Amino acid sequence: MSHAVTEAPGQPARPQGKPALSEGKKAERKLGLLLCAPAALVMLAVTGYPIIYSIWLSLQRYDLRFPDERQFVGLDNYVAVLSNSYWWTAFGTTMFITVVSVAIELVLGMALALIMHRTLVGRGLVRTVTLIPYGIVTVVAAFSWFYAWTPETGYLANALAGDGAPLTEQWPSLWIIILAEVWKTTPFMALLLMAGLALVPDDLLKAASVDGANAWQRFSKVMVPVMKPAILVALLFRTLDAFRVFDNIFVLTNGANDTGSVSMQTYNNLIKGLNLGIGSAMAVLIFVTVALIAFIFIKVFGTAAPGSDQGSKR
Amino acid sequence: MAIGGAVTPGRKAKWAIIDIIVVVYALVPVLWIVSLSFKTKDTLADGNFIPRDWTLQNYADIFATDEFIRPLINSLGISIIATLIAVVLGMMAAYAIARLDFPGKKALVGVSLLIAMFPQISLVTPLFNIERELGLFDTWPGLILPYITFALPLAIYTLSAFFREIPWELEKAAKMDGATPGQAFWKVIAPLAAPGVFTTAILVFIFCWNDFLFAISLTSTEASRTVPAALSFFTGTSQFEDPTGTISAAAVVITIPIILFVLFFQRRIVAGLTSGAVKG
Repeated sequence: MSHAVTEAPGQPARPQGKPALSEGKKAERKLGLLLCAPAALVMLAVTGYPIIYSIWLSLQRYDLRFPDERQFVGLDNYVAVLSNSYWWTAFGTTMFITVVSVAIELVLGMALALIMHRTLVGRGLVRTVTLIPYGIVTVVAAFSWFYAWTPETGYLANALAGDGAPLTEQWPSLWIIILAEVWKTTPFMALLLMAGLALVPDDLLKAASVDGANAWQRFSKVMVPVMKPAILVALLFRTLDAFRVFDNIFVLTNGANDTGSVSMQTYNNLIKGLNLGIGSAMAVLIFVTVALIAFIFIKVFGTAAPGSDQGSKR
Repeated sequence: MAIGGAVTPGRKAKWAIIDIIVVVYALVPVLWIVSLSFKTKDTLADGNFIPRDWTLQNYADIFATDEFIRPLINSLGISIIATLIAVVLGMMAAYAIARLDFPGKKALVGVSLLIAMFPQISLVTPLFNIERELGLFDTWPGLILPYITFALPLAIYTLSAFFREIPWELEKAAKMDGATPGQAFWKVIAPLAAPGVFTTAILVFIFCWNDFLFAISLTSTEASRTVPAALSFFTGTSQFEDPTGTISAAAVVITIPIILFVLFFQRRIVAGLTSGAVKG
């Protein structure tokens, strides 16, 4: 990743550069490429190559416990995964957690954004404490929830769960996972939404108020339309992030009682099964699902990817 | 912003109550793990939110064992190195994106966006095998590399948003005085960009400090296991002991840096998180 490596590919392009380019322009282009090359190389080397490699692995029978039986099997691994009920259970669980937690986060995040934006007292305090769930290590928060819901040890289990052990049953576990996800990521959602709130002109709100709009009308007819791009970006980011859910499930239930996500299943398959072929097929399927979600957001809802038009600005 | 006389004591009180709700929401889970970490072994399972008997024993226990100290050193070393590299590479790329005209700029922005959304689990299986073959499995670089990669989009977005607000004319003036574009970057823009760079470094550090998935998949021993991963292997001082107290104490220790960042740099973190997300 040193400069010496990156300089080489930049050089050959220069002689055939358009003759109209001035010395300054040429130097600028060269510097631009040089400055970006290290970051681009690292990102491509660590994501681009492995994803292509995992497509290749996914077409093979490749189990580290039986390395000699490695052979090309075409789409067999995909057939094996897609016809497996565990995979679809994990997929359904992941989708459920994603949709429910993002929906709750949107409502709570909007409320929190309005509070941070408009509160008359303690604005600094509210913003500071809000950042704690955002910054805290997910595993730490997950342990806090885990012990809170452990019978006898936990204040929540004792107060709310009676004699039961909520983390040993499927539905209570799922709701606790969602609770942990929502607690941790609502502040991030709120911060993104607050940035959108800042774009709503005060004059517009005052004008609406003068015209007799009540608080709800000002919110739904003035704020939300102006904030729409920010809302969509926040939803896109959080949806893709929620789909990766892993840490909370690992600590809270370790995937027991059908509470595992697709990430959990891929991890278990790798660490416990050491089956690289099947694991890679799962990796590719998750990648394709995430790409589809992003595609739907960008094409159907018209989410402007952040930064997409920043580049062309200058 | 408060508008003149509209602020009545009643409205203030209403907001104060709402503020308190937010504070409770944010702090209760944190205070609970803090409380557990101070409980004695006998009272750990009593379910009281506030400890009846206070003790520092859990902290003494974790700092007496390599089971915690090694991962703590790993976490610090790996996160700091990954942050430094990601911020330097991100600075270079963000400067180019914000200030220079060159082919492939859109592609770079697009690629970093893709990586920001990338499902990390998709990399775990292939990286596991690649790192095994390259001898990077269970080493510091084996974690630093993926951390840099996933931190770079964050660094590039945040930094280019900050860089765009730096007065452009100063760089021109420096160039007129005979500075090369490189000199203009390091001597003029870099000092002006320092606050933005610092903010980005905090965000990137929090990201690396937080990671669990890579840490648990790409490590197997204390040679490189970080604290979040090590926590899930904690067994307490002896194998048959309930690790609740020690896990809580370790959890509190790795939360301290986050609390310090949040307390001292709240404004910057909020600015950094919001600037990258919404294009100006």
